[in-house]
Amino acid sequence: MSESGSMEGSFHLMGGDFTNAGSASSELKAKLVNFGVAQSIVRRAAIAAFEAEMNVIIHAVAGTMHYLITAEALTITVTDMGPGIKDIKQAMKEGFSTAPDWVREMGWGAGMGLPNISKHSDFFKLDTVIGEGTTLEIFFRLKERNADS
Amino acid sequence: MQLSKIIKLVKGSVVIDGGVEDVDITSVCSADLLSNVLRYGKRGALLVTCLNQPQVIRSAELSDIPAVLLALGGTPEKDMIALAREKNVVLITTFLPMYTTCGILYSAGLKSCVEE
Repeated sequence: MSESGSMEGSFHLMGGDFTNAGSASSELKAKLVNFGVAQSIVRRAAIAAFEAEMNVIIHAVAGTMHYLITAEALTITVTDMGPGIKDIKQAMKEGFSTAPDWVREMGWGAGMGLPNISKHSDFFKLDTVIGEGTTLEIFFRLKERNADS
Repeated sequence: MQLSKIIKLVKGSVVIDGGVEDVDITSVCSADLLSNVLRYGKRGALLVTCLNQPQVIRSAELSDIPAVLLALGGTPEKDMIALAREKNVVLITTFLPMYTTCGILYSAGLKSCVEE
C-alpha cells in the first residue's frame, strides 16, 4: 500500500489455462479484504473480476488484470490479446456466446459474462479492436467501505 | 440449516471437510452453468451441481458459497479436491440425482437462492 492509501498491482493471465483459471480473481479478492473493502463490494468485485478473467482464458491468447484501489474507488482493468468483440450490443445480451461446445461442457459459455459484469459493477467501459484484443475497465465505488467494516 | 443435517438428508459423503460442523446454509443454488452461480448465488448458499471440475470451487469461493454438493454420484476431479482443500470449501457427494436432492432440501425448508 502506498503512503497515499492506495494499492495497485497486476496479474498475468494465460489463455486456455483452465487449471489456474480464477486464481487472479481469488488473489484480488484476498487483497481487497486486506485493504478493508466492505464485504459486499469484495464479493461483487470478485465475481466481476472472475467473469472478466474467464473471458480471457476462454477467448484470448493472453492478458493482464490490473487493479487500483483508492479510498474512493476500485478499478479493475482486464486487457487481452484476443479476437476482439464484433458486436458489443449483441455480446451484452444474456445468452449470446461465441464459446465453443467444449467450454460449455465445463459450465461456461452461457453468454452471461458481460451481463454479469454489468450487474455486479457500478459501471464498466469496453474498448475492443477486431483481431487485436479487448480492454475492459470495471469500476466500483468504495463509499460503502466503512459501512460494514 | 446446519450442513451436517443436510448431509444426513441427502445421504452425502464428505470429500473435503472444511469445517462442516460450523457451516450454516441459508439457501440452495442448483446449477450446471457457472455464470448462473455467479449471477444468482448468494452468500451462505449450498451449491448443488453435477459439474466436477475446479472452476466450481472457484465460483463458490468467489461468491462466498461455503459448500458444494456433487449430485448423481459425481466423482470430483483431483484438481477440484485440491482447490476445495486449499480454499476451505466443503465438498460433498451424493448418489441422489439433482432433482431428488433439491426436492429433499426444499421439503426440509431450504429455499432457492433466487427466492431468498
